[in-house]
Amino acid sequence: MTYHHAPSPNDTRDAASSMTMEVQTKTGTAQSPKTTASTHDQTLLQVRNLKKYFPITQGILFQRQVADVKAVDGISFIVKQGETLGLVGESGCGKSTTGRTILQLYRPTEGQVVFRGKDLAMLKGEDLRKMRSDMQMIFQDPYASLNPRMTVGDIIAEPLEVHNIAKGKEKKERVQELLQIVGLNPYFVNRYPHEFSGGQRQRIGVARALAVNPDFIVCDEPISALDVSIQAQVINLLEELQDRFDLTYLFIAHDLSVVRHISDRVAVMYLGKIVELTDSRTLYANPLHPYTRALLSAVPIPDPIIEEKRERIILVGDVPSPVNPPKGCRFHTRCPLAIPICKEVAPEWRDVGNEHFVECHVV
Amino acid sequence: MGNVLLDVRNLRTEFVTQDGVVHAVNGVTFALEEGETLGLVGESGSGKSVSMLTVMRLIPMPPGRIPSGEVIFQGQDLLKLSPEEMRQIRGNKIAMVFQDPMTSLNPVLTISTQITESLELHLGMSKDKARKRAVELLKMVNIPEAERRLDDYPHQFSGGMRQRVMIAMGLSCSPQLLIADEPTTALDVTIQAQITDIVKRLKSELGMAIIWITHDLGVIAGLADRINVMYSGYIVETAHTKEMFANPLHPYTVGLLGSIPRLDEGKKEKLTPIEGLPPDLVNMPTGCPFHDRCSFRTQKCLEENPPLMSVGVKHWSACWNYEAVREKRDEILHREILQPVTA
Repeated sequence: MTYHHAPSPNDTRDAASSMTMEVQTKTGTAQSPKTTASTHDQTLLQVRNLKKYFPITQGILFQRQVADVKAVDGISFIVKQGETLGLVGESGCGKSTTGRTILQLYRPTEGQVVFRGKDLAMLKGEDLRKMRSDMQMIFQDPYASLNPRMTVGDIIAEPLEVHNIAKGKEKKERVQELLQIVGLNPYFVNRYPHEFSGGQRQRIGVARALAVNPDFIVCDEPISALDVSIQAQVINLLEELQDRFDLTYLFIAHDLSVVRHISDRVAVMYLGKIVELTDSRTLYANPLHPYTRALLSAVPIPDPIIEEKRERIILVGDVPSPVNPPKGCRFHTRCPLAIPICKEVAPEWRDVGNEHFVECHVV
Repeated sequence: MGNVLLDVRNLRTEFVTQDGVVHAVNGVTFALEEGETLGLVGESGSGKSVSMLTVMRLIPMPPGRIPSGEVIFQGQDLLKLSPEEMRQIRGNKIAMVFQDPMTSLNPVLTISTQITESLELHLGMSKDKARKRAVELLKMVNIPEAERRLDDYPHQFSGGMRQRVMIAMGLSCSPQLLIADEPTTALDVTIQAQITDIVKRLKSELGMAIIWITHDLGVIAGLADRINVMYSGYIVETAHTKEMFANPLHPYTVGLLGSIPRLDEGKKEKLTPIEGLPPDLVNMPTGCPFHDRCSFRTQKCLEENPPLMSVGVKHWSACWNYEAVREKRDEILHREILQPVTA
């Protein structure tokens, strides 16, 4: 069995020349798994001013749109080849919507998602379907994301069939190989999801995502449904697979400790906006946005001596509704540093140096 | 402080199911002093919730049964009380706050009805007085515009506010003991910080004892005076909080600490997961319940289940090889820790 593996980093093309590029790299010749390369400089994915609004309608027979849930409201960032970009925020901040909109599981309301030079938002039908073999997703709930009536073998083989990657004996071998890659016994192919524990099911979800040899995987809260001792198993597995197959991750989670651990860079979201983006170390050592600071201070550290000395920034109130987000800066209603301009003018997304981006008037 | 409030001795809880008898709690013994905060740490299926539901006599029987044990609360064995006598204690002297604030409030009753119910029942307050007290309670847990919010229904509150309402209800009769079953697990961290902040403040104001059930070692580090670590129905280690984190002496505790990323860790180091899965509570293995996943395992662990052994000052561990754990654990737990940021 061979790996049809991912294109090398220098396949990344610029927008103009790539419209003709096809997924030929996918079916390329066998390659040995790559070791980690310092390829973090090339952009794999660029998101520009991405917006996703969900309409709220009224009326039964004649539905009219009365408002929008502004789940994602104008965010821009890049994901570099081979890195893990963490996306962290509280429930309802739009982090999962961002992940799904990037993969075109939701079509964006506005903005561009440029993957290897192609704007995914413009792709449709067959072209988009082909691109999907480069981009996969690992879902949060390992209990809901696997069809209970399908065997594990069929679940993992489905993407191979859909993308015409392997058939017959080859397919069978590939499935067994994938099970082995994620640390499950290949002998399990004929079992059903209910026969597995949560952690094992998440491994099945990972195997399914890997089946098509993707380059980019959106991990949407992949460990939050798992017990603490099992979480580390899955985190380590994701890290190993990244090294082995040169994967790029967008890692979405609400747990800042986990996100900092696994990510090279971290983006912090609040109410549909990214408020700060920087490397993991700087995020802890020198957070600039008041929301990031509050979030960091709220995360408990398993060390009673440190906890005794820490000062918490307790935010008052709750997150406002994304239907009517506050005017100006979205955080001003809860911000301890707010000044008059914050209520009026939305702050700009700016680089304060060393690719440390922040959206705030005050800092 | 100093007086024993709750004394649990050799408590066992089982459930009879189609697949056999599930041994959920397997002989748990501990004591809680007045005003003390005890953390009960463990993963799903470790028996932490079931043991507390047993203390509250909230286990449905059948399928549940309690083959042995005593729960001495203020000199009375709660397991021997009649349902009527138990009702006098539940919600009055011992209150419980549950994990999921979305489902543990009655959606068709106003908050006011739900809070005043126990005030009228246990304290015999008049409707008027109970309402006044309810407003006080809501203010105590920082619900803004408490008077106006009193007649709202649960769905009109956010998750964090509902949990605060639950805590207000728990505190309504000034209990001596509050049992909190993962009260912040369903909430966001900033809301969790609000809740733990309120609980810490109320504890110092009201002086009640708290049992805080959680799987999150971070939350408990900042809250508890003492910690019981539970695994498959046993307490496997118990110590004061600082001692537990500085000097863990059970391989499972070490494993838990090694498998969680810390917010303040520096360079990316590999986590040390606990391999394998917890044992099947129907067919419990012989010997130590953790032996299957333990890297310190010896022959004795397969044969004999270790009792809690004194391993330090008020520190007990149920491990035959705790000396080996002491020597080797630093390899597992070593992390680069960044300096805390000043807020």
